[in-house]
Amino acid sequence: VRLFEYEAREVVRRGGIPVTDFGFATTAAQAREIAERIAGPVVIKSQVLTGGRMKAGGVQFADTPDEAERHAAHVLELEINGHSPRGVLVDPRAQVKQEYYAGVVWDGLRKQPVMLFSDMGGIDIEQVAAEHPDHVGRRHISNLLPLSDFAAKECIAQTGVTGSRLNRLVPIMTRLAAVFAEHDLTLAEVNPIGELEDGTFVALDAHVDMENEARPRQAALLRDLGVGEEETRQAREATPFEIAGEEVDAMDHRGVAGNVTEFDGDLGLVIGAGGGSLTLFDAVRAHGGRPANYCEIGGNPSVRKAAGLARLVLEKPGVDKIAVMMSIVSNTRVDIVARGVVKACLDLGYDPADKIAIFRIPGAWEEEGFKILDHYGVPYADRTVSMHEAARRAVEGVKA
Amino acid sequence: MSILVDAETTFIVQGITGREAVNLTRECLDYGTGARIVGGVTPGRRGREVHGVPVFDTVAQCVEHHGGPIDGSVVTVPPAFTKDAVFEALENGVKLLVIVTERIPRRDVAQMVELAKLRGARIIGPNCLGIIVPDVIKMGGIGGPAQDAAKAYTPGPIGVISRSGGMTTEMSSTLTAAGLGQSTAVSIGGDPIIGSSYAELMPLFETDEETRGIVIYTEPGGRMEAELATWVTEHESRLPIIAFMAGRFMDEMPGMSFGHAGTIVEGHEDTASEKIARLAEAGIIVAEEISEIPGLMRDRLGAGATA
Repeated sequence: VRLFEYEAREVVRRGGIPVTDFGFATTAAQAREIAERIAGPVVIKSQVLTGGRMKAGGVQFADTPDEAERHAAHVLELEINGHSPRGVLVDPRAQVKQEYYAGVVWDGLRKQPVMLFSDMGGIDIEQVAAEHPDHVGRRHISNLLPLSDFAAKECIAQTGVTGSRLNRLVPIMTRLAAVFAEHDLTLAEVNPIGELEDGTFVALDAHVDMENEARPRQAALLRDLGVGEEETRQAREATPFEIAGEEVDAMDHRGVAGNVTEFDGDLGLVIGAGGGSLTLFDAVRAHGGRPANYCEIGGNPSVRKAAGLARLVLEKPGVDKIAVMMSIVSNTRVDIVARGVVKACLDLGYDPADKIAIFRIPGAWEEEGFKILDHYGVPYADRTVSMHEAARRAVEGVKA
Repeated sequence: MSILVDAETTFIVQGITGREAVNLTRECLDYGTGARIVGGVTPGRRGREVHGVPVFDTVAQCVEHHGGPIDGSVVTVPPAFTKDAVFEALENGVKLLVIVTERIPRRDVAQMVELAKLRGARIIGPNCLGIIVPDVIKMGGIGGPAQDAAKAYTPGPIGVISRSGGMTTEMSSTLTAAGLGQSTAVSIGGDPIIGSSYAELMPLFETDEETRGIVIYTEPGGRMEAELATWVTEHESRLPIIAFMAGRFMDEMPGMSFGHAGTIVEGHEDTASEKIARLAEAGIIVAEEISEIPGLMRDRLGAGATA
């Protein structure tokens, strides 16, 4: 789950990292009040979960509360990459001597978090790493040992930073690593950290991503931040079709019949399991097919859920036929899926033989499943027909 | 021969009284020469039996009952308790853990993996179906009930490593149909951090005399395939590798996760197209379709390469 900047700043602040006296506003009037409190020049920043804010005009500078209110009114209405802002962040404009970067991310190969530091802050760390590798420090940290300042010191010192700067930056990096671990983050970034005229340091922006799997045990923090349980915060907002797919999956707790993603084609897909769905979606496209959706079934869902998913896909505007395909199943029962998809066709008043372009699910209880399909004249295939061949037949079935 | 497990391997099932675990226990007992499941653990259920396997409260009780070290454990406890269960197994001398559980937070996984390394143990998974040595032993739900597993898997010269449990069986079945059996097939799990990657299993297959080629199933997300490409280049592996890459469509949809938790395009390096290029550079053939895999493997193995 991605957090907005104002939420991310709150998370690092709670972790003991100094932040500016910023405020969050959802109306222009609120933005004005915050600017009045700050009593100096401010920055108005759009709160959206997408990049390119500055370029899109989502970041504006204001010298007076009047100006802040005007800019906020504009930014609040400004859509960026299809995202409407949650609000605006009103931030005092700091006089900064130098900008730094501090971040913590997972290294999936080393299977440890890695601290990243640069004395060239304010720009993308990957760009710095590519162009100025000697300005980036890296240090992996143990998952088991208690966090200790020396790791942060080693990380920062790699860039040549020394003196009081080093000693003041070390606790910021250590605290960032602590926040990363404590809140199950997959990314914790403070960029830039500003070095002020008086030699102190302050976070001028923050970026935080929390792992979805950890949402249950991070419920208290998410509640404090006001992140609703229903907020998925995916890269793309869920469509009504996708939300209906989640409802199908939630019908009961037996297996999975969901993870629906909407596409604009004419071939409805009832496919599974995880890897099988990825393979089959590619296969349909490789044969020139246009999928209407992606989805996953697996873990032996009930007839009701399989039928619900098939019905949802069949009812999607523009869908002519569905293809029911999986990699060889050992847990999910072929006959249960067959029953479900046939039921969906019958419930909608369709002939299953006409609406199901191909049924290719080999494996557990396949004889029973194939008997049902024979009865209704649905074309099916066993494991001697490859997943790609089944996809080809599905695509031909739609053309026919 | 085989890697990781053989007919002598002893293991326990942690969370054995759960619905899926009961099935899994039955399947493993029935398959091949019959798995040596020496105990099961569910706290508070000591004294019960699951298909004749005695249930204990702790791993220590299992070890005591067995009267010596236990080789492995299949961990099927809910995600909130998995780390504790794995730590318990590791601290009681278990050296091979197959973690079936899905949706374990990454930090927990990383902690388990780090402790396993300190204890000289190995983790397969999480979010995996386990290991199978055809006609000998299966450790985990891989291949399903014994009679279904027997349809898909046959003994032979090919090592299979897959990020998808279901696709491990699909690919092995395709190999079996073409007369290419498997030495060992490993479902390594679909999470962003897993106990054993392709490159971490390759040295085992490399030293296994029976294994003559490797088939892998790969997906977008992460850098495991790049790690394998580097390993192959640096070690001049004797084993030809044929890869299949699913999820090519995801290159157009960065930031969205499909199929498995670890399957998400976050940058340039972890796209399907970039991975295919990396694998190809290292001499790994990437099949367009699964049905091509046996033919490609036979070409690389040369004449007389049948099971």
